[in-house]
Amino acid sequence: MNQQKKIKMSTQKTSITFSRRSFMKTSSLAGGGLIIGFNLFNACKPNAKPSIDLAKLNYNDFNAFIKIADNGAVTIFSPNPEVGQGVKTSMPMIIAEELDVAWKDVYVKQGVLDTNNYTRQVAGGSQSIRFGWDALRETGATARQMLINAAAARWGVDPSECTTSEGVISNAAGETLSYGEVVNEAANLEIPEDVTLKEVKDYKIIGSDVTNVDIDKIVKGENLYGFDFKTEGMLIACVMRPPAFGQKLESFDDADAKAVDGVTEVLSFGDKIAVLAKDTWSAMKGKNALKAEWKTDTKLESTEDHDKLLLGLLDGNKFETLREDGDIKKAFAQADEVLERTYESPFLPHNCLEPMNFYANVTPDKIHLVGPIQTPEGTAKHIAEVLERDFEDVHLEMTRIGGGFGRRLYGDFAVEAAEISNKAKKPVKVIFTREDDMADGIYRPAIKYRIKAAVKDGKITGYHLKEAAINSNMYGLIPNFFPAGAIENYQVDVANYKSNITTGAWRAPYTNFLAFAEQSFFDELAEMMEVDKIQLRLDLLQKVKGTTDERIQYSPERMEKVIKTAVEKSGWGTKPEGVYQGFVNYYCHNSHVAEVADVVLENGQPVVKKITCVVDCGIVINPLGALNQIEGGIIDGIGHSMYGDFTFQDGVPQSVNFDKYRLIRMKEAPIVETHMIKNEFSPTGLGEPTLPPAGAAIANAFKAATGKRLYNQPFSKYPELLTGPEKEIIG
Amino acid sequence: MPTYQLNINGESRSVEVSEDTPLLWVLRDHLDLVGTKYGCGIALCGSCTIHLDGIAVRSCALTLAQVEGKSITTIEGLSEDGTHPVQEAWKEVDVPQCGYCQSGQIMTASAFLKNNPNPTEDEIKDAMQGNICRCASYTRIYKAVEIAASKMA
Repeated sequence: MNQQKKIKMSTQKTSITFSRRSFMKTSSLAGGGLIIGFNLFNACKPNAKPSIDLAKLNYNDFNAFIKIADNGAVTIFSPNPEVGQGVKTSMPMIIAEELDVAWKDVYVKQGVLDTNNYTRQVAGGSQSIRFGWDALRETGATARQMLINAAAARWGVDPSECTTSEGVISNAAGETLSYGEVVNEAANLEIPEDVTLKEVKDYKIIGSDVTNVDIDKIVKGENLYGFDFKTEGMLIACVMRPPAFGQKLESFDDADAKAVDGVTEVLSFGDKIAVLAKDTWSAMKGKNALKAEWKTDTKLESTEDHDKLLLGLLDGNKFETLREDGDIKKAFAQADEVLERTYESPFLPHNCLEPMNFYANVTPDKIHLVGPIQTPEGTAKHIAEVLERDFEDVHLEMTRIGGGFGRRLYGDFAVEAAEISNKAKKPVKVIFTREDDMADGIYRPAIKYRIKAAVKDGKITGYHLKEAAINSNMYGLIPNFFPAGAIENYQVDVANYKSNITTGAWRAPYTNFLAFAEQSFFDELAEMMEVDKIQLRLDLLQKVKGTTDERIQYSPERMEKVIKTAVEKSGWGTKPEGVYQGFVNYYCHNSHVAEVADVVLENGQPVVKKITCVVDCGIVINPLGALNQIEGGIIDGIGHSMYGDFTFQDGVPQSVNFDKYRLIRMKEAPIVETHMIKNEFSPTGLGEPTLPPAGAAIANAFKAATGKRLYNQPFSKYPELLTGPEKEIIG
Repeated sequence: MPTYQLNINGESRSVEVSEDTPLLWVLRDHLDLVGTKYGCGIALCGSCTIHLDGIAVRSCALTLAQVEGKSITTIEGLSEDGTHPVQEAWKEVDVPQCGYCQSGQIMTASAFLKNNPNPTEDEIKDAMQGNICRCASYTRIYKAVEIAASKMA
């Protein structure tokens, strides 16, 4: 479906009739009060059918709830995993807005995945708010309407005469009833067919700064995370896995491990060996005392091999074409000038600061799982399969998550915990050390891009993007991002090499490096064409306006506004001598972003001082949380493009802790000045879209400062390119 | 296994652990003080920062023999109710994203500000440089330290 149309269609909708009320069910609470359960993700599916018996409320059928007690207290069970992106705060804010209660009266709890049936709770792709927007509003509004209907019935007036404010219903005569006073009657009413949603101008909670709901617990160091979770009799398991990708377990000797005080058991499963102990330190020591022999199963690969293989793919002709407009061959044959550049990126580990961990207690009647996971349902299903158990036996609880960045989309660590608990017949928590976390990762794959453009009569007539990646290629929507539609002859080709090194999603998959490649390329193209860098981008956008191509993902109008705002707010082109700027505009995760980096030379080296960022992500639910995501995304993007390097030698990762792997720290973090475009478009992603442009913004600014262009990441690997001009020309 | 008498958050606590057990794991596993976090185990990320006689130190790199007889403060003991000026500043700025590193950040900042209540920008950045925030909430951490300084000065 055309994303742009979809966004436009759902704006400024003030009244809707929804045929999907099957995603909701209400019931009386035993102790008095009302509970509305709703299956958020079922509600988000366009043609969801009620596949459950609506006659009885089954908690397992719903992944989120509003509970209104008969004293009026509101509890909202937030459905989605909280990885630091703020949804435990922002999703309940949307419900509370339409329910029309004061935020201070709302208590938020993390919902549990009672993994039966078809719940779908995922944190990933910056999509929680975008997909939840309509359903969360409808749910809040439905509850509000039922409370109004109950009050109107008691008063004997028409519900349309009633209004609400902060949990109190008023009628035309000036009488009032609080939600708590009518909640028991409301619980017995039919779910209304029609509800009216608020207009944007009437929002009281949405658009206001709301502090993270867990803030008090975080600053006091309370038990929140999987790493902190504990049950009586629980053992800690440290797991030894093959030291190189491509190896299998041959044999092991656990005598020394078992001799460590506190170690209770050593067991092997698959190609792994688990050391179980009464406490963490003993488990770590026990693992270090294990002796194992490994045999080579598949090729032990090195970074050098990958570089050759990927460049070979770019030079070759074994591509899959993802999008083809016009005839690029002809465009290049007829070109006056051609620019071709290659850009290279390394693997990257995620390095969530809370290392991977999961608790499992597998018993004959139940599989109890607790921990940090971005994909609770998929993981629970996978575990049921691995243990050959019924899915209904699995009960999974989500903890607050100490960073995800894509790593916790994969439940490998939870499966390990379940396998170990199943074998040991004890409650077990698997923990990764930092070394395990970096060496046994599911990395961002190394990727290389080659971009070639044809210029004729001062116009870009051809654009050819080629991708060579480890394991898997860009997803199908990306070829429809900017500059698709703007260049007549346009082609995107992809190829990959299947490696035994495990790879997966890493914050803003593919675009996290593609943005650097493309936006560096546009900068260089403008230099070659001797045209203004901003004008080049604006001219391309003109060609996309009014397009009938439904595949195009971005909006040229929204992109143009973001660019022009960034030019104005960053003082583009008006900076004093010695301040060098780099410009980037980008679209991903349904949001439009522009970033301008300000760089100065200190001791002959370029230093990033400031990023000016302009974001159009539609309606902003919680500006306080949004700014945090934006700033974090930018600084994360700068950090990894500057320092993130991860290489392999014969299948073995060459850096496994922070002594050899550099993450950005406070001194390297620039000031970030953010401007949000105000509009009434439905909200779109924010956890990822500011990261991809950051690397290109600083690289383009470095070029302005040093005269040297960067093509490969991380930049710190090329110190000779990070120095100013040899001689300052004065005059 | 030897027994150690530790002075933690103003209380005397007795633990029996092997002599090579780092203080971090004694706090977390034996004393249920889980606010002190594990991040790297080699004193390079700052997640496990505590105060030892008022100085910010990495608990993952300390044995009990090194801390016996000294005053240990963890995030749980920084204030009774989360109202230390640094904690208040953290709430005011809404610093955390995932939040995992923040108790370490708060412990570093609070020890630093006690000795230097009127820090310069460079001094704040130097003091906080040892604490990694993987979510990169650095601009807010910096702002919160500044606000805390103004509250404590």
